[in-house]
Amino acid sequence: MTTRTINQKEIEFDDEGFMTNHLDWDLEIAQAIAVDDGVPELTDRHIVVLEFMRQEFAEKGTGPSIRRLTKESGVPTKELYALFPNGPAKKAARIAGIKKPVGCI
Amino acid sequence: MNPEKITKVSIIISKGSLDGIYPGLIMANGARMEGIEANIFFTFFGLYGILKDYQNKIKIATVGNPAMRVPTAKGFPLPTILGAIPGMSAFATSMMQKEMEALDIPPIGEFIEMISDAGGHLYACKATVDMFHLSTSDFVPQMEKVLTVGDFYEMAAGGQIIFT
Repeated sequence: MTTRTINQKEIEFDDEGFMTNHLDWDLEIAQAIAVDDGVPELTDRHIVVLEFMRQEFAEKGTGPSIRRLTKESGVPTKELYALFPNGPAKKAARIAGIKKPVGCI
Repeated sequence: MNPEKITKVSIIISKGSLDGIYPGLIMANGARMEGIEANIFFTFFGLYGILKDYQNKIKIATVGNPAMRVPTAKGFPLPTILGAIPGMSAFATSMMQKEMEALDIPPIGEFIEMISDAGGHLYACKATVDMFHLSTSDFVPQMEKVLTVGDFYEMAAGGQIIFT
């Protein structure tokens, strides 16, 4: 567990870099995590993905599978991989401030 | 000690039953999800996974599968003679497909598209293509190239090879 101060807020992360409380999240925090994770600038399309993941997490307690994400958010697979290079599932979850995804798909 | 991360996998799919094809697809897709480079080499009956007229007709074997239980995974072992009844394999397959859909595991055709869109590469084995008298037009468009075994090793260089 580590704590970082982002935008004058104390944010807690687990050992794998996922936020422990998704309610602490805001866009500035997302931007700070994104920069560390190799996504220098969050665009509107990134935010579509992040919002969808957060909504799923709030409803179900876990982030969506990539299949559901691409089918329902309107961001196709190719674009998703381009938006979050080198491992979109974990990276998008980390930036969205939700816990590590549990599914295999 | 921090073990070195896996950066590349080349997965060989050699069997044409549902349980022969899916594990390789799930592993390849999972690799891409983690940012790991992924190649799939389809050989022998595994080739049916990328043959456009057949890939969505893949079934579970209900004969010759001593682990097969009905009606659920903790049910009774399915006797070989019952597994041989016409329609049994199709029935078992449709049961399993329902379970998979609930877990968001796509049908084979959609899965292949997903892996390809995710940057995974799909190849067919030349020896099998020749043996089965197939041509490029028999395959789904995601199949990039027919490879000899030598080409495969060259492509797999620097990564792990997984045979399924």
